[in-house]
Amino acid sequence: MVRFLLRRLTVAILVALTVLTLSFLLTRLSGDLAISIAGPNATQEDVDLIRQAYGLNRPLAQQYLDWLLRAVQGDFGESYFFKDRVANLIAHRLPITMTLGLVGLLMALVVALPLGIIAAVREGSWVDRGVMLVALIGQAMPSFWLGLILMVVLGLNLGWLPISGTGGWEYYVMPGIVLAFSAIPSLMRLTRSGMVEALASDYIRTARAKGLSRLSILVKHGFRNAAIPVVSIAAVQLGFMLGGSIVIETVFAMHGVGYLAWESISKNDFPVVQAVILVLALIYIALTLLADLLNAVLDPRLRTA
Amino acid sequence: MNPAIEVRGLRRVFRVRQGLFARPREVVAVDGVSFAVPAGSVLGVVGESGCGKSTLARMILGLMPPSEGEVLVDGQRLDTMDRRARARLIQPVFQDPFSSLNPRRRVRDIVAQPLAAQGDIPRAAMQRRVAEALERVGLSAEQGGRFPSQLSGGQRQRVAIARALVLRPRIVICDEPTSALDVSVQAQILNLLAELRRDLGLTYLFISHNLAVVEHVASEVAVMYLGRIVERQESEALFRDPQHPYTRALLDSVLTPEPGLGVPDVGLGDIMPDPANVPPGCRFHPRCPKAFAPCATQAPRLTALPTGQVECHLAG
Amino acid sequence: MTPLLEVQGLRVTFGTTEAVRGASLSVLKGETHCLVGESGCGKSVTSLAIMGLLARGGRRQAEVLRFAGQEIGGLGERAMSRLRGDRMAMIFQEPMTSLNPAYTVGSQMTEVLRRHRGTPRAQAVDRAAELLGRVGITAPGLRLGQFPHQLSGGLRQRVMIAMALMCDPELLIADEPTTALDVTVQAQILRLLEGLRRDLGLGVLLITHDLGVVARIADRVSVMYAGEVVESAPTAQLFGDPQHPYTRGLLACVPVPGKVKRGDPLGSIPGVVPRIPPGFAGCAFRDRCDHAQPACAGAIPRRAAAPGHEVLCTLQPGWAGRQAA
Repeated sequence: MVRFLLRRLTVAILVALTVLTLSFLLTRLSGDLAISIAGPNATQEDVDLIRQAYGLNRPLAQQYLDWLLRAVQGDFGESYFFKDRVANLIAHRLPITMTLGLVGLLMALVVALPLGIIAAVREGSWVDRGVMLVALIGQAMPSFWLGLILMVVLGLNLGWLPISGTGGWEYYVMPGIVLAFSAIPSLMRLTRSGMVEALASDYIRTARAKGLSRLSILVKHGFRNAAIPVVSIAAVQLGFMLGGSIVIETVFAMHGVGYLAWESISKNDFPVVQAVILVLALIYIALTLLADLLNAVLDPRLRTA
Repeated sequence: MNPAIEVRGLRRVFRVRQGLFARPREVVAVDGVSFAVPAGSVLGVVGESGCGKSTLARMILGLMPPSEGEVLVDGQRLDTMDRRARARLIQPVFQDPFSSLNPRRRVRDIVAQPLAAQGDIPRAAMQRRVAEALERVGLSAEQGGRFPSQLSGGQRQRVAIARALVLRPRIVICDEPTSALDVSVQAQILNLLAELRRDLGLTYLFISHNLAVVEHVASEVAVMYLGRIVERQESEALFRDPQHPYTRALLDSVLTPEPGLGVPDVGLGDIMPDPANVPPGCRFHPRCPKAFAPCATQAPRLTALPTGQVECHLAG
Repeated sequence: MTPLLEVQGLRVTFGTTEAVRGASLSVLKGETHCLVGESGCGKSVTSLAIMGLLARGGRRQAEVLRFAGQEIGGLGERAMSRLRGDRMAMIFQEPMTSLNPAYTVGSQMTEVLRRHRGTPRAQAVDRAAELLGRVGITAPGLRLGQFPHQLSGGLRQRVMIAMALMCDPELLIADEPTTALDVTVQAQILRLLEGLRRDLGLGVLLITHDLGVVARIADRVSVMYAGEVVESAPTAQLFGDPQHPYTRGLLACVPVPGKVKRGDPLGSIPGVVPRIPPGFAGCAFRDRCDHAQPACAGAIPRRAAAPGHEVLCTLQPGWAGRQAA
């Protein structure tokens, strides 16, 4: 188990380093930074001054090491537009995005797992076909469009929920539903296929031969094994949701990291864009690692190999 | 005359990696195997799962290079032979007639495949030889037009045999050819193989876990345990008077349909052989009911028998 | 003596396919009854139908399906699940996949006792350890904490057997329990089953395709062909004086060391197992039978060849002997 953990951790760290390097290289490859910072009307002298001030005249390797050392300590420099430390900006907004992602995932799981299990138990019946049809429709629907529909129906017509902004729990419901909707199809499909496979397995026949209760057969023996791929996908989906928050937070005007990314992109605020991408990527890596660990808990063959 | 098959000091090591950063483990599947099969005879190879008998078959077929040692077929080194020349000399029949035939091709195309791979046989000659091979194994021309899924297990195994024979090879490697079949079908296939050998003068290497089947078809039998041949004798002598305790145990565990004899006590413990963890000394000693002092530390030497050889401290 | 298990006229259909067509058999307490036949003859389906474990789409009908004097043919799923694992237990062919990979041996064994008896955990663990010892597993304490993938095939089958014994069942159904195992392990497992039958007075219904296994372990044999029991007799009687042409053909196919000279042809049955269309009448073996006569297309009589020896055939009992003479 310890060996497995160490192995996964090593891989995760390697991937994280690669992401850091790539995000550094991308900003350097997109042209001379000093010129783009100085703006279109700057003279050669201004550019030289900026190059001096930001240390852009040093060798690339040294710049990289310097940047890496600071990034690892959580220092991403200062925002040009917000006139604040980038780290502060992100620390302030990340909780909103994380909450939104978790709410979305939770909603998705609450819907997808039971439906997937029911579809598998009644494989081939109208229930199964109905559930899969809903999954298909869900997958085909763009999230911003669903967001707008919800705003019109729940917000304007019925007046149940606030249309936009950041605040208490009620502000998370609609964007949560939208995020959940994008994750439900794949989670449900995977739950269903995992359950179909599990229910057809020899160990389920054994469980039935042991006279176990229906609940125990379905959940303890069936779902436990079907859950393994679902956990991996759930982690990936949460990652997508955080990435997708750029769209959703913009639609609902929630002041999370996604909204921050959108603002900085439109304001050419390089350090912020770079840091947001980096943080989201790192969270993604952490989620994958977490999924691996959960899988190891669920599947003893991984633990004891 | 050259032996049909000769192997010398054959060894095959697999490196098994269990993860990106795990140290690879060495699994010795075949460890120092030498024997010769005279033309026209049948060498039976028996042993439990994981003893290396299928790895041995794949090396002799040239499907897998040995880590050490060499294979000679009809006096020629296998690794120096052209693939097409090898196919004309030696052909396989595998266990599972369900998975070894391409489900999307008709029987006659499956049988024609080795001919087509030769590249220089005219179409008319190919058709004639396919028809010949199908008839030889007792399949009708009409069955030649079907797909494998439309045939029974026994008929599929006939297709596999026809495919093996279509190049008129001298040697056929049969790897558990009847293990997936029912007894009545097994009898049909065994009878067919015996008839083909007699009529075409074939040499067989016949691998099976079923000793009763091997006794019925083989003129000589090699018993494998954890990658080594622990005993090899002419069939009659081996079944009458086995020398190795493992051979004895295998023979004892054959359940002949004779009521009243009960289930034999084979006398082996519940330690299973693990090719990734070969015991020192005699590799059979942890399970051997007759093990004594030297077995745990010294590897037994090869002892000659009147019609074969055995590796055991008790022999000689 | 009332049989422990009595089955008469069992029919199982999957859609329009009839997998079992009126099979009858009975198992006495303390007896091993072997149900033998080739693949597709319906022997496994018969055993699953008795346990109420048919796959979805399978329909069961029976004139009589009685366990320990109680008719169980009409019981619902809930009532059947109370019997299964408690008074009637079952083990399967594939020891590698029949245990749940996600739980320890101990957890899978104890849940049977907890379900049927409500036994407290600690006590259930003791019982599991005791049974692992009983089936010849050394260091039961260690094995209880292990997962299935850490055990060899032979050990897993022993675990399956021990698990089946948790509630002291009266009937054990074993579906090809040694087919996937090496020959040396097969002998060990069969000896174990034999000992359990003797010591615990179990009734055992053993499904197999291997006539060698049948000869060595069965008290009574039923031969199945195309969904019917075509012959049933005490073991020595069946092997000594087989009456049905199919039984005789099957016995001739088995290579026996020292019996048929090497290279001489083995006996074999021509043709293949036929597909039985709905509404089929007469003997399903007649197209492959050397002794087929016009009467074989009509209703086939069930005849007694000797006390306890029944055969489903138009030939008069003793035909084989007279033919030889």
